Amino acid sequence: MSTLSRDEVARVAGLARIDLTPAELDRLAGELDVIVESVARVSEIATPDVPATSHPLPLTNVFRADVPEPPVDRDAVLAAAPAAQDGKFLVPQILGEDA
Amino acid sequence: MSHAVVDLVDYDDAIARFDPVIGIEVHVELGTRTKMFDAAPAGFGEEPNTSVTPVSLGLPGSLPVVNGTAVEYAIRIGLALNCSIAQTCRFARKNYFYPDVPKNFQTSQYDEPIAYDGHVDVELEDGTVFRVEVERAHMEEDAGKNTHVGGSTGRIHGAEYSLVDYNRAGIPLVEIVTRPITGAGERAPEVARAYVQTLRDLFRALEVSEARMERGNVRADVNVSLRPTPQSPLGTRTETKNVNSFRSVERAVRHEISRQAAVLDAGGAVVQETRHWHEDTGTTTSGRVKSDAEDYRYFPEPDLVPIAPDRAWVEEIRAALPELPAARRRRLQGEWGFADAEMRDVVNAGAIELIEATVAAGAAPAAARKWWMGELARTAKEREVELAELPITPTQIGALQALVDAGRINDKLARQVLEGVLAGEGDPEQVVVARGLEVVSDDGPLLEAIDAALAAQPDIAEKIRSGNLGPVGAIIGAVMKATRGQADAGRVRELVLERVSS
Repeated sequence: MSTLSRDEVARVAGLARIDLTPAELDRLAGELDVIVESVARVSEIATPDVPATSHPLPLTNVFRADVPEPPVDRDAVLAAAPAAQDGKFLVPQILGEDA
Repeated sequence: MSHAVVDLVDYDDAIARFDPVIGIEVHVELGTRTKMFDAAPAGFGEEPNTSVTPVSLGLPGSLPVVNGTAVEYAIRIGLALNCSIAQTCRFARKNYFYPDVPKNFQTSQYDEPIAYDGHVDVELEDGTVFRVEVERAHMEEDAGKNTHVGGSTGRIHGAEYSLVDYNRAGIPLVEIVTRPITGAGERAPEVARAYVQTLRDLFRALEVSEARMERGNVRADVNVSLRPTPQSPLGTRTETKNVNSFRSVERAVRHEISRQAAVLDAGGAVVQETRHWHEDTGTTTSGRVKSDAEDYRYFPEPDLVPIAPDRAWVEEIRAALPELPAARRRRLQGEWGFADAEMRDVVNAGAIELIEATVAAGAAPAAARKWWMGELARTAKEREVELAELPITPTQIGALQALVDAGRINDKLARQVLEGVLAGEGDPEQVVVARGLEVVSDDGPLLEAIDAALAAQPDIAEKIRSGNLGPVGAIIGAVMKATRGQADAGRVRELVLERVSS
């Protein structure tokens, strides 16, 4: 039983900004389907009395004291950027997302 | 983006035929020393990209650690909003691509906010109390700042490229979301403004943020929808983003009510969308909504463990909450003995702190109120500034009143002293000395002036001598004039009577 349609894969790829060819979409729809079905088997074991887990470690409340540490050197950071100007990262024109 | 001009429906007309429902999301930047998930200093106004670390830049391999103080502040806010504090809650990733979000997701909270189910009582200008239900308050992080370069207006439209500063990226935020606010009717815009103002005051009292609107420490998104009657189901809402002053919140709600009424009148349907607020024109325009804009694919943040605030800790925070603004107002009103209307005027004028400090400087509450709500309120209005922005301090008002109380100056002179202080001539004492404004308490000069006045008006002097005290005012007036108002009129009267009977 297929749970993931080709259209769904195309939509998710779009959200993730991954440009896929039609051939890749066909192949990935099948492969992702296998992955999703495999993961779905967890629900056969996890009955409603098993709480959802987002983390493998049985830890809570890992906090840091509110004490500043030196930030990283700006020149070093900007040197690693594709482009910079006036101490800022320079990014290409942002199209039509906001006004 | 569309700048289509819509004919607005007159506000009163819109309200007569539609019931507005509003909802408000307020973001507050917490005043912690470091960011939410890393130890970069969280300051204001530093050079671009000088408060960044691998975590706030979203570099591969960097791992976030939660700022415990930020969690405490969030709990403080939740408790002050009468919320329940979650037994356990998690962070989630809100995924979207935008240059000011370096990780390509914002670390936020989704289905498990730290605080939920609260309410806040909002007092309107006429004293009406309106309860706003709070759905949730959750923790998240701020984004960086984009500057659009090229194009004519510095806006994104027509920009050639953008510059990004990540100093703000990762600053702790708490977002507070109301339930739909119904029943406000024509006062919906006023309720919206008062709500945001109440939260701002609360943040300051809780000492969780400087809460300066002009710096963007507090930002509001305003949802508005209309329905034919209060019994109808909720209409389609719009969300106007980043309305960043109290006045703008009120104007934005008002504008959306008029605009949506026009759309509905024309037989159209309100589009559920994000709208942008334009301060200059007082209007909103549609933000082009991308089809996937709302598909954030939230999932639990795997790099952070759940937060389970210990109940003893929560109770400790509750016990340490400072006196909140509403309770403080009630207490001060009692202590000062102000009538309800007097207190409301003081609150609306933003004069509570000023009067409190003036009283602390030794003035009687009534005297403190008289100065701030009288001469100074008039001056502030003339200069078009807030009371607190006047170049005079509560300490100086206290000193001024002390001079009056000691009889060294009278009310009339005090106003001149005030004028001098406002003009930057120094403290009241200095102005009194420099301008020579002290009441003439030495009888010598007064008697001289009285003798001169009596000699100048012999007929009046004669009348007074013969027991007709009617015209004594004319002599007192002449003496006051001769001493440039610096005499105590009561003392002058005594001396005049002594003089004519001797």
